[in-house]
Amino acid sequence: MIRHLLSGTDLDAATATRILDTAAEMATVAGREVKKLPALRGRTVVNLFYEDSTRTRISFEAAAKRLSADVINFSAKGSSVAKGESLKDTALTLQAMGADAVVVRHPASGAAHRLAEWVDGSVVNAGDGTHEHPTQALLDAYTMRSRLGRLAGLSVAVVGDVLHSRVARSNVLLLSTLGAKVTLVGPPTLIPVDWATRAAGANTAGQAPDITVCYDLDAVLPTSDVVMMLRVQRERMSDSYFPSAREYARRYGLDGQRMRRLPEHAIVMHPGPMNRGMEITPEVADSARSTIVEQVTNGVSVRMAVLYLLLGGNNA
Amino acid sequence: MACPPAAESPPVRQPSVKVILASADVQRVVDRIAHQILEKTQGAADTVLLGIPTRGAPLARRLAARISTFEDVAVPVGVLDITLYRDDLRRHATRAIGPTQLPPGGIDGKRVILVDDVLFSGRTVRAALDALNDVGRPASVQLAVLVDRGHRELPIRADYVGKNIPTSLAESVKVTLAETDGADGVKLYGGTTS
Repeated sequence: MIRHLLSGTDLDAATATRILDTAAEMATVAGREVKKLPALRGRTVVNLFYEDSTRTRISFEAAAKRLSADVINFSAKGSSVAKGESLKDTALTLQAMGADAVVVRHPASGAAHRLAEWVDGSVVNAGDGTHEHPTQALLDAYTMRSRLGRLAGLSVAVVGDVLHSRVARSNVLLLSTLGAKVTLVGPPTLIPVDWATRAAGANTAGQAPDITVCYDLDAVLPTSDVVMMLRVQRERMSDSYFPSAREYARRYGLDGQRMRRLPEHAIVMHPGPMNRGMEITPEVADSARSTIVEQVTNGVSVRMAVLYLLLGGNNA
Repeated sequence: MACPPAAESPPVRQPSVKVILASADVQRVVDRIAHQILEKTQGAADTVLLGIPTRGAPLARRLAARISTFEDVAVPVGVLDITLYRDDLRRHATRAIGPTQLPPGGIDGKRVILVDDVLFSGRTVRAALDALNDVGRPASVQLAVLVDRGHRELPIRADYVGKNIPTSLAESVKVTLAETDGADGVKLYGGTTS
């Protein structure tokens, strides 16, 4: 078993499947009278959050607590970070306190990788800049598998601000590993250039995953099993990537009309938080096809599985 | 030129294998436990059989099938995975967890009979009792095992024992079942049996 979970590339098909299978067993705990397992008794999990987050932090906290681990929540606001402490010094402090696992979210891409070099415990990347968010990809894969019964051969459209999305990056990597076909959809300004050229067949030397790129949402809808809408990340946008929010919503927003063009069984996903009216309309977000609330529930089970597989044995 | 004679290889110590129960014996033992359960529980009303993976699960199903043949009562069967409750989790690489399936009626207020293949240190049963505590509140808990090999490390005993096998700690007992291993049998490996 792996020691850290930093990237979608850390997971081969067997490991990813093992996490999803374990998550399915963890999910049964939620239906029990005592929603707690003793597997991580006496272990300490630190949630180290340099960025605002609701669902990911709470999800990791719930997951660790359901496994009986001790949880220490650390947010950059109101800590020594506000006084100028570096990531390394904070890491060494956590190390000295005996953290068995550090769940880290950081605005800088690559922060989780650096942290993994400094601490002895396991590091779980809970989002680093615009780079990766592997547990989100795992919970998305889990949701697809539980709704549609399989992952291999699924057509997944990832729509919107792919460029700034760590969710998209981790999803593309993991879903390709598990045999799904990913299509990136968005305005050309918001699709990473290397992936776009790769999809166009220009770059055969790189080892980017096999993906296709399409700039027209309406063309992709009828053949998609899954539509994953991404949040337009205004806080990361320093340039003007599209003329106006209304134009973006008209071309790449998912409304009821577009949703009805999807195949009967298709599902609509969103990693949250949503901009209702921007990339997704309330009609779609609250429809039966939407798995948005399910994704949050599944997030706890998947993170329990990850923490158990990283910390449960003597392989730490 | 003659080949040099092959060096006398040191005698390889073959682990001795002794068959304790053959296939037909296993069936008879399961039949007897089924009868004992019916006798001791006075007809197996309000009783649930919970198998401990791996081999406790098919054993529990067999017991339920035999009980329904003998007395025409349907005893609910479930599976109770105890991996996350083990006291040695941290001494091994991460273990894969198995399924836990409780019968639809649950276990609250029922007489739960835990079923396992071998009773040894008693630690598995302790873990099972902890796990049981988290999934409900049975009226009482009993234990049925195919083989009791002794060497208890905890104050635990079985209510129904298929076969008592006196063993040394150097020996190991291996139960095989048709459902999981292709054939029924109980074998004793190693030790000083000639």
